[in-house]
Amino acid sequence: MTARLGWAPYALLLPSLAFLAVFFATPMVQAFGLAFQSPDGTFGVSSIERMLGDARFRSALLTTVALVVLIIPIQFALAMSMALVINARLKGQGLWLYVYALPLGISELAAGIVWVSIFTQSGWLNSILMGFGIIDRPITWQSAETPWLLIMCVVIAEAWRATSIIMIILVAGLQSIPREFIEAADVYGATTWQKVRRVILPMLRPSLQVALILRTILAFQVFATVIAIAGSGLFVLAREAQRWATDIQNDHIAAAYAGLILVLSLFSTVLFLVLLPTKDEQQL
Amino acid sequence: MSVVRHDIPLARRRSGREHLVGRALIYLAATLLALFILVPIYLIAVSAFTPPDRAFDFPRSVVPAELNFETIVFFLNAFGVVDSFWRSVIVAMITLVLALLIGAPAGYAIARYAFRGRSGFRLVILSTRAFPIVILAIPLAVTYRLWGINDSVIGVALMHTALALPFTVLITSSVFVSVPRELEEAAQTLGCNPLQAFLRVSLPLALPGLAAAAIFTWVLSWNDVFAAVILTLQNPTLPARILTALTQSPIYFQFAAGFVMLVPSLVVIFFIRKYLLGLWGRVVK
Repeated sequence: MTARLGWAPYALLLPSLAFLAVFFATPMVQAFGLAFQSPDGTFGVSSIERMLGDARFRSALLTTVALVVLIIPIQFALAMSMALVINARLKGQGLWLYVYALPLGISELAAGIVWVSIFTQSGWLNSILMGFGIIDRPITWQSAETPWLLIMCVVIAEAWRATSIIMIILVAGLQSIPREFIEAADVYGATTWQKVRRVILPMLRPSLQVALILRTILAFQVFATVIAIAGSGLFVLAREAQRWATDIQNDHIAAAYAGLILVLSLFSTVLFLVLLPTKDEQQL
Repeated sequence: MSVVRHDIPLARRRSGREHLVGRALIYLAATLLALFILVPIYLIAVSAFTPPDRAFDFPRSVVPAELNFETIVFFLNAFGVVDSFWRSVIVAMITLVLALLIGAPAGYAIARYAFRGRSGFRLVILSTRAFPIVILAIPLAVTYRLWGINDSVIGVALMHTALALPFTVLITSSVFVSVPRELEEAAQTLGCNPLQAFLRVSLPLALPGLAAAAIFTWVLSWNDVFAAVILTLQNPTLPARILTALTQSPIYFQFAAGFVMLVPSLVVIFFIRKYLLGLWGRVVK
């Protein structure tokens, strides 16, 4: 039977491959074509140079990298805590998982607005701090004059929104660790911390690697959360790509910004593959 | 013989009291983490149902004095919001159908057939995740202008399908793996052809999982703002409309917008909650 239908799997794959060729591979290549072209159509690095010389470039690059560097460790600490809580099999395990997974479906923009309602001048954070008598007049959290506060606001919003996906990957990874391993550690009197450090983390390495790679790639694309929370107080790479594409309508410089995000993503992927080698690289 | 966790020799176990304290601490951590997720959702809901004329009251009360639909109604009546709401729904529907029609057969092939190039195809699908989606939208906008589908519902839906397709393939393949292939073979020995065996046996069993995959695809499209902002101008989806309106709109407009965008996500996660680990856990492997 298998021999008779030897062509069947290929016929089933064909639509996906064709679609990805047209709508994924082609634009990916075209993006580089655009970036290495000037608006008059001549090839060269003039668009790249214009991007590098753009007044906002330095700030956008630094802010994006700062956000990635701050967001990723915070999210992993949170996701790991959530995953360990789920793995501890509390009462109502499904409910805890559901609550922690809630933000999985929440968009960047919606999450940004949720935290605007908290950080805005007359918002919830100031109201609550006043209520407890911690401050006597509202603090301005979102001001272009204090970019570090703005960055912290974005980091918190992103930690809230995008930790769930890491948590889910880690929970799935934890569940694949044989319970006997942890029981063995119990028998030898390991403390909780020792179990995490010596048994769980090493066995979780493939899941951690996948989650790190995925999340870092996404973090380099941070966009709507920043616009919602920081307005024109912070510039990030994805936002500059969008500004050049829609406001200034120069696709070449927009593509250069997008290409830079791609290069940073690939660089971070390689970095994680080298730093956290696993036996089976096909896990990605 | 069954070994229950609590049968571990007593001498080696930490004392009962220590265990209780540990358990209590875990519950405390669990509760704090849950509050971190839930409290902001509660606060945006209160913000969205606080009438516009009280939006600037300060300090705000966590237990609201007055709640009604004024702010939500104001948002829905704002220029273009209802249009773009329905546009978003349609784009997400088209994306869902396209992604399943194109992706599910590939998922089925990976799950059911051993063939040359199977692992190569899997690798191609997996490696798409290493590329930031942000880079697709800008060249596609150029292509769409050539094709005459710029600023259109179908253009955005095609881009969202490209975004969702790798997930759909992986998720549907994990769904079909969980449907025993023996059942399909049994159907074939009883006289079904492969297509009938699939339609009558595998498909019904896979349906809940496929529905979960479809719902997730829907929300992926519903949530996208970057591609939508780049690919549309006069005909934006809801997130694109809201994003471009952010700077000129009063803050209570934003609260209502945030809440309206949030609700479908919460509903969706509720419906696919049983599949979350299956969907994502197996995608990793």
